Amino acid sequence: MDIKREDILHLADLSKFALSDKEADSLGKDLDNIIKYISQLDELDTDNIKPTYQVFEMENIWRDDEILEQDAKREDLLALTKEAKNNQIKVPKVL
Amino acid sequence: MKIASKSLTAEKLVRDALEKAKHYADYNIFTFLDEEGAIARAKEIDTKIKKGEKVGRLAGVPYALKDNFLSPRGETTASAHILQGFTSPITATAVTKLEAEGAIMIGRTNMDAFAHGSSTENSYFGPTLNSHDKERVSGGSSGGSAVSVALDIVEFATGTDTGGSIRQPASFNGIYGLKPTYGCISRYGVVAMASSTDCIGFFTKNPDDMDLLMSIASGQDPKDMTTLPDYYNEESEQKAHYRIGIIKDFDNESVNSEIRTALETKCDLLKSKGHEIVELKMPSLKYALAAYYIIVPAEIASNLSRYDGVRYGFRSKNSEDLDALYNNTRSEGFMPENKRRIMIGNFVLSSGFYDAYFLKAAKARSLIIKEYENAFKKCDFILTPVAPNPAFKLGEKINDPVAMYLEDVMSVPLNLAGVPGLTIPAGETKSGLPLGLQLIGPRRSDKALIKFSKELI
Repeated sequence: MDIKREDILHLADLSKFALSDKEADSLGKDLDNIIKYISQLDELDTDNIKPTYQVFEMENIWRDDEILEQDAKREDLLALTKEAKNNQIKVPKVL
Repeated sequence: MKIASKSLTAEKLVRDALEKAKHYADYNIFTFLDEEGAIARAKEIDTKIKKGEKVGRLAGVPYALKDNFLSPRGETTASAHILQGFTSPITATAVTKLEAEGAIMIGRTNMDAFAHGSSTENSYFGPTLNSHDKERVSGGSSGGSAVSVALDIVEFATGTDTGGSIRQPASFNGIYGLKPTYGCISRYGVVAMASSTDCIGFFTKNPDDMDLLMSIASGQDPKDMTTLPDYYNEESEQKAHYRIGIIKDFDNESVNSEIRTALETKCDLLKSKGHEIVELKMPSLKYALAAYYIIVPAEIASNLSRYDGVRYGFRSKNSEDLDALYNNTRSEGFMPENKRRIMIGNFVLSSGFYDAYFLKAAKARSLIIKEYENAFKKCDFILTPVAPNPAFKLGEKINDPVAMYLEDVMSVPLNLAGVPGLTIPAGETKSGLPLGLQLIGPRRSDKALIKFSKELI
């Protein structure tokens, strides 16, 4: 398939990237080549084959819903952010 | 490896390592050197030794830490701009285990940002140069770690291997590099790339050092639910003669002739020691790279969605609203290869493309796993090249992502199948570049694999 400009902009939006025109051009070309390469999987017969997502076929194990001790304290984590106030992280306006 | 004792102090070991690190500064190996901290910890160990107190199995051994392992010592950036300024409040389990045995981290090593790459050229800090030829790449993504061991700065270095990031740089620099069985070593506190293939491993100068590190680092960790119950330290039965598989299907790939010769030479060596060489057919393997570059970007898109500039690391300035903050931070903070992989990941997961790409790749993965299972009914281990070529020139492939991906064609199948692979040195090209081969075993055969690699020396 040939990837169109609008597809690139849609993927950039899903990925949360603000791309310049130049960057969109260059990524578009690269993504087109990559998608052509990975499309060769079409040749492989996978009828009646079950997919594998995790090699040891592990399943979720539920634990009790209790608060466990964590390695990092709240103050340590808040210290990592640019701006915090009243135990909350400050960001620009949402709407 | 050299371990501190009464006659050889940890301080001397660490000071020598730091001096060498500075001597080789032009190779761009380290993103951070912890001179003060490393010397202080060395002195603590020397005091213990003087007092006759018990010290660990890695007492005073200087090592290098790949920049994607979390530790409060220096910023953990995964060599990416978006993590600049991040000093971790927590420590990776692997680091805790190594340091509990007395190992001393002298610095953090350069890598492709977020481990996306095969040459360390995708680092925000610029490329690490090859230990044997400064005009060539160190390999990647763990290029800095590989070169730190190859230039004999440290005794060992940590790495991560999602598709070859330990084995290929080990091969490009003439040392040992192990990607263990998936789930063997805890990934707690390591920057996630692709959760279903990421593995922690090591670079060493010989198989015995690798065995020692594995016996220390492996085992179940309640903080990483994918870790396997400890099997590494169980003794496996030893055979007098082994059957070694070679994969015929790789003949058609354009493998460098000197690598093919190195493989033949090692096969002859094994035969002379009484081992048997078996030819294998694994026709699905040629699709592994395409499957890998679908599954892994999908997991990357998910894992890297956490970098939003809000909680830690780099935050873009002057964004009008929250959405702009996300967009600006991610656009300025990621390298082009990070962006390609995130966008490909979101593409293969999109409605309309999910079945054709992601689901198809997950099915291909099942076929690849089956082929390994069948192969290991016919042989004990498999011996193949690690990569089709020795170290390539800096800049040669950086503008052609598909050409760069093709470097991973022989290393990625193992990650999809979860099987271990060990890079072993296999001589040099006529022009003096290191050659490497990888020895592959069934899941949980890590110890036997390391032991058997001595037959190839």
